[in-house]
Amino acid sequence: MATSSESLPQDPASSRGQTRKGLTLSSFNWLGVLPFFLFALMFLILPTLTLMVGAFQDANGHFTLANIGKLFDSNILSAYQISIEVSAASALGGSVIGMLLALAAIQGGLPQWIRPTLMTFSGVASNFAGVPLSFAFLSTLGRMGLVTVLLRTYADIDLYGTGFTILSFLGLTLTYLYFQIPLMVLIVTPAIDGLRAEWREACESLGGSGFHYWWHIALPILWPSILGSALLLFANAFGAVATAYALTGSSLNIVPILLYAQIRGDVLHDQNLGYALALGMVVITGLSNAGYIWLRSRAERGRE
Amino acid sequence: MAFLTIANLHKRFDDHVVVHDFNMSIEQGEFITFLGPSGCGKTTVLRMIAGFETPTSGAITVGKDDITHLSPQKRGIGMVFQSYALFPNMNVTDNIAFGLKMRKLSSADISRKVAEVIKLVELKGKENHYPHELSGGQRQRVALARALVVEPRILLLDEPLSALDARIRKNLREQIRDIQRRLGLTTIFVTHDQEEALTMSDRIFVMNQGRVEQEGRAEMVYTQPATEFVARFMGNYNLLGAADAHKLLGLDIQGHMAIRPESIHVLDASANQEGALDATIRQHQLLGSIIRYQVESQGITLQVDRLNRTASDLMPAGTAVKLQISRDDMREVR
Repeated sequence: MATSSESLPQDPASSRGQTRKGLTLSSFNWLGVLPFFLFALMFLILPTLTLMVGAFQDANGHFTLANIGKLFDSNILSAYQISIEVSAASALGGSVIGMLLALAAIQGGLPQWIRPTLMTFSGVASNFAGVPLSFAFLSTLGRMGLVTVLLRTYADIDLYGTGFTILSFLGLTLTYLYFQIPLMVLIVTPAIDGLRAEWREACESLGGSGFHYWWHIALPILWPSILGSALLLFANAFGAVATAYALTGSSLNIVPILLYAQIRGDVLHDQNLGYALALGMVVITGLSNAGYIWLRSRAERGRE
Repeated sequence: MAFLTIANLHKRFDDHVVVHDFNMSIEQGEFITFLGPSGCGKTTVLRMIAGFETPTSGAITVGKDDITHLSPQKRGIGMVFQSYALFPNMNVTDNIAFGLKMRKLSSADISRKVAEVIKLVELKGKENHYPHELSGGQRQRVALARALVVEPRILLLDEPLSALDARIRKNLREQIRDIQRRLGLTTIFVTHDQEEALTMSDRIFVMNQGRVEQEGRAEMVYTQPATEFVARFMGNYNLLGAADAHKLLGLDIQGHMAIRPESIHVLDASANQEGALDATIRQHQLLGSIIRYQVESQGITLQVDRLNRTASDLMPAGTAVKLQISRDDMREVR
């Protein structure tokens, strides 16, 4: 006798009840993520929209392309160039050193306590930025910094005699590396963990060496993750303002400092130019993040 | 002279000994299975043969070559892994060609050999697919092809079928055995599945706690278990302790008496057979072609298998029967 529930007509009342119940549950779930969306709306989406609109307005609120045009002034172009160079240098340095650190801790055959220690340190250090980080670097590598003095006193090395200064491109890059390296360690560790021991063993049993394994298998697998992480590091450095400002004041012409000068209300004040500068930063970091997301999805697809 | 000889192999990880005094010699072209539960040391022995683990002591020789401390690259031993271990950044052709490229063969030779082995494992049309685009069975056939194409002296298969569903597993095990026979390839297969071991192997090494419990031809290991462990692991043997064996069968033994469920004959309660035991059906399980009964006699429960020919064969719980067990079908085990 065919009495399967599928063949029975649905009770409209019960069907409505399920829908109501489903809606209630669904609404409750939406309520859970509401604070996030509110937060994103108030502190990300609305400000972004405001600066996008403001970038195309003059001080009286009329439409203009003058702010965008000013972005191509030599001073501002130079600021973008230096910002991109500092970000690229710290992203590159952070990626290479962070990658090697993570590899050593995960696959280097080091004592087991190394990995959790490195991860804990990386978690803290990747968030160490702004005034405290700048102060830390000024106290160590500044003209009268501890390391500078120790090197001069005990190793007869005059760091500043070599032309080095913490308030320079190299100094800022070094300071950024302090949070870029641990950030790379944190981002790339899951990718390295995803390298299966069997791949290396399969390579060896087929006659391949350690070099063959890295060249033909591990690096091509890790490549999207490494490149994606480097792009994220680039975006991270490009948007950093507090560290740069606290460290160099206005002695280094980078975009975040230039932007800060436009909106803080001193003699250089031009709020709408500030919006345009910010829009340029949004475009560059947006492209960088989009590249990261695309490469990350490629890396994950390959492991299905 | 044996083709592969393993002598007095030991392996210790810190304080934990995982392989005790393992000895084995196999002939060229044999299909050998290491059978045992998880953690019995079977994969560790396989990995020592492959060169992925270094023995604490002992020797492994292939022909006249001592390969105990040789790197995996120089052993000429192919391996198929349980998790396939296909390179995810390479398509089927590149995965299979990898070993040939490492041997620096010409591209013409590589193409010819890859095409041959793809035909052998029936993967034609999948040459440009990436591992994530293949089913589990197809991935394992690529892994098999990749190991076969370099013409290894010995092929090692580490539970290659355990991640696959039952139907694909059955097809693939027949395919592996067929290819192994055609190529005359010396093969060592690791599994915890006794059905796989029985259907595929020339010889089986049953392992337990790092030792070989019993070694022999498949039919012998199944019908003549040497120990209680083998009897329990190989089938659903009825194992009677000394007291139960005396009570039920009137036999005085030292260890256990092992009786296969299919060797116990169920007779009608009215049968007048000498030595038959009075018994009662307690419950049954339908196992497809087999009906497995729990039958109680003198307070002792036995498992009895009967062929499931027709629906009327099924005896309900409470049915009084007689059981006849031939002395030839009983085996005393340690």
